[in-house]
Amino acid sequence: MAVKKFVVGCFDDEGPLFDAVKKVRKSGYKLHDVYTPFPIHGLDTAMGLRDTSIHTAGFLYGIFGTTSMLSFMTWVFTKDFPLNVGGKPHFALPAWIPITFEFTVLCACVGMVITFCYLCQLAPFVKKHHFNLRSTDDQFTMVIECPEKTNEAELSSFLTSVGAFGVNVQHAETGWWLGRYDKDQKLFEGQSETVSA
Amino acid sequence: MSLIRYESQVRPPLVDNNKDYHQVTEDIVRPIEANPSRLWWTGFLISVALLLFGVYSIYREVTYGVGQWNLNKTIGWGWDITNFVWWVGIGHAGTLISAILLLFRQGWRTGVNRAAEAMTIFAVMCAGQFPIWHMGRVWMAFFVLPYANTRGPLWVNFNSPLLWDVFAISTYFTVSLLFWYSGLLPDLATVRDRAKLKWRKYMYGLLSFGWTGSTKHWQRHESLSLVLAGMSTPLVLSVHTVVSFDFATSVVPGWHTTIFPPYFVAGAIFSGFAMVQTLLLISRKVLKLEDYITLEHIEVMNKVIVLTGSIVGVAYLTELFISWYGQNANESWAFAQNRLNIFSPYGWSYWLMMGCNVISPQIFWFRKLRRNLVVTFFMSVIVNIGMWFERFVIIVTSIYRDYLPSSWSTYYSPSIWEIGFYMGTFGLFFTCYFLFSKFFPVIAVAEIKHILKRSGDNYKKNMFQIEKNSVDHLYHDIHSDHH
Repeated sequence: MAVKKFVVGCFDDEGPLFDAVKKVRKSGYKLHDVYTPFPIHGLDTAMGLRDTSIHTAGFLYGIFGTTSMLSFMTWVFTKDFPLNVGGKPHFALPAWIPITFEFTVLCACVGMVITFCYLCQLAPFVKKHHFNLRSTDDQFTMVIECPEKTNEAELSSFLTSVGAFGVNVQHAETGWWLGRYDKDQKLFEGQSETVSA
Repeated sequence: MSLIRYESQVRPPLVDNNKDYHQVTEDIVRPIEANPSRLWWTGFLISVALLLFGVYSIYREVTYGVGQWNLNKTIGWGWDITNFVWWVGIGHAGTLISAILLLFRQGWRTGVNRAAEAMTIFAVMCAGQFPIWHMGRVWMAFFVLPYANTRGPLWVNFNSPLLWDVFAISTYFTVSLLFWYSGLLPDLATVRDRAKLKWRKYMYGLLSFGWTGSTKHWQRHESLSLVLAGMSTPLVLSVHTVVSFDFATSVVPGWHTTIFPPYFVAGAIFSGFAMVQTLLLISRKVLKLEDYITLEHIEVMNKVIVLTGSIVGVAYLTELFISWYGQNANESWAFAQNRLNIFSPYGWSYWLMMGCNVISPQIFWFRKLRRNLVVTFFMSVIVNIGMWFERFVIIVTSIYRDYLPSSWSTYYSPSIWEIGFYMGTFGLFFTCYFLFSKFFPVIAVAEIKHILKRSGDNYKKNMFQIEKNSVDHLYHDIHSDHH
């Protein structure tokens, strides 16, 4: 990815966020992201984010589980190694339902979690830039991208006007890199100091 | 526009004592950042000692064979499968609390779900030990998996409930683990971002997968939790159903009944909630989390206990009725002579089960007793003793005197290594739980913050004003948009 310039503002309550997001979008600034300590229902819609399709992925994984397990058991007991158990039918569908069900659930859940981690780029030793360390505690952090053309001071005062405090400017890598959290984040030169809130 | 939150004023608060977001973090993360107390060390070392005794018992069993256990011709599974079913049953409450209660939008689950899910995972780990070590030649354990082999390939029998069990338990373990861990990610990130020590930053940085709290990630996380809950709900019901099939599909008198699946599931929830009570009553006291695991939580769980205990009671009575109504000589014998008759060799265990599971939980019809911590703790232990005896009754009383009187074995008593194995699983369970309570947030921090403004007592008191302001604000918004 790339190192970009951002203007960061903090909020200590989720209420004003909705107003602020609305104003940012109206004013035409490019909202990078809002970091919150817990999920805030409706904020994604307010930010104009598309609804996630992760559940559709889960459905597909589930269908894969059902069909693969059912056809595997059918192949085993009718083609590969048909056993005669007291003359009972080889294709014993009712007896296979529990395993088919369990395997469906297994595939759907494992697949969804892997998809989730992939989409959100989450894995051990993955390191990301954190704009405000307290956004996993009690603060709500709004990050607005500040490209060349945008006036930094204007944007900062705009953020203050929508209710943010501790407004600061940060140069940050937007993607992830392999790293550890116990080492200092000195990957990028020219990174300005984070103003502690 | 600030949020309008609808929750009845009648509902008691779920978070006591004037908390704000930061205070919630402080309270729940504090035990992780502090040095473990003397009490923690004592408990932990006792658990490790038990675990080591269990390891030695298993060593004896593996070296000398299953003969180390006092099993005999008819009782091929004595304590072993009793313990297996007991632990699996306990492992049902966690997913029930986190999945079914999530679907039913029960706010109170947030205080207890994390610990209950952890308990589920540890209980299923303990349960898994029994069938594995009972194999005798444990190095052949992989034979239970359907893999292409050089024996034909001779596949596993997909028609057998024992194989269904392999799939059910392993799926349940995997899904519970994923559900638990995906919920933990944001909380581990909270610990990471507060960490001052180098090793703690490193460890929690590793464990939290680089979670940032981005809105898009939260959106996916919510969707993931909901779907996992939706899939875990039938899964949790299927697991104990399949366990009950191990018995119900056989033709042993006392086992061959269609009531087993619902009866086992109700029993599993019953014993699982009892174990959650035992653990949480200790945890809230030791970790000082009384503001988050309140009397309300305890009371609600006691209600579940009295409900499921009564369902189990109805199932016991139905079994008795059917054994008479069915007029099958072997079936009637199993119930009338092997169980109901208190003077028969194991009659005492049947009545112990009845007393612990059906009669004693009825005291929870009284609000005062539901809200009494000592009574609750005592009852939670009683229920789990009763549920252990339920499985013992089902297994031993059905097989010690079955069709062929010449092979009746009128006294089976476990050997020290059989008991040691059981004690060892307690060691495993509590060692894991102690480590969990030291290194992981015992309460879901993010989820508590999520319900704080709805259910925190400081916010609840001002709810009327908050809602009024919201409505005014909304009105103002609509009005100003109009112009």
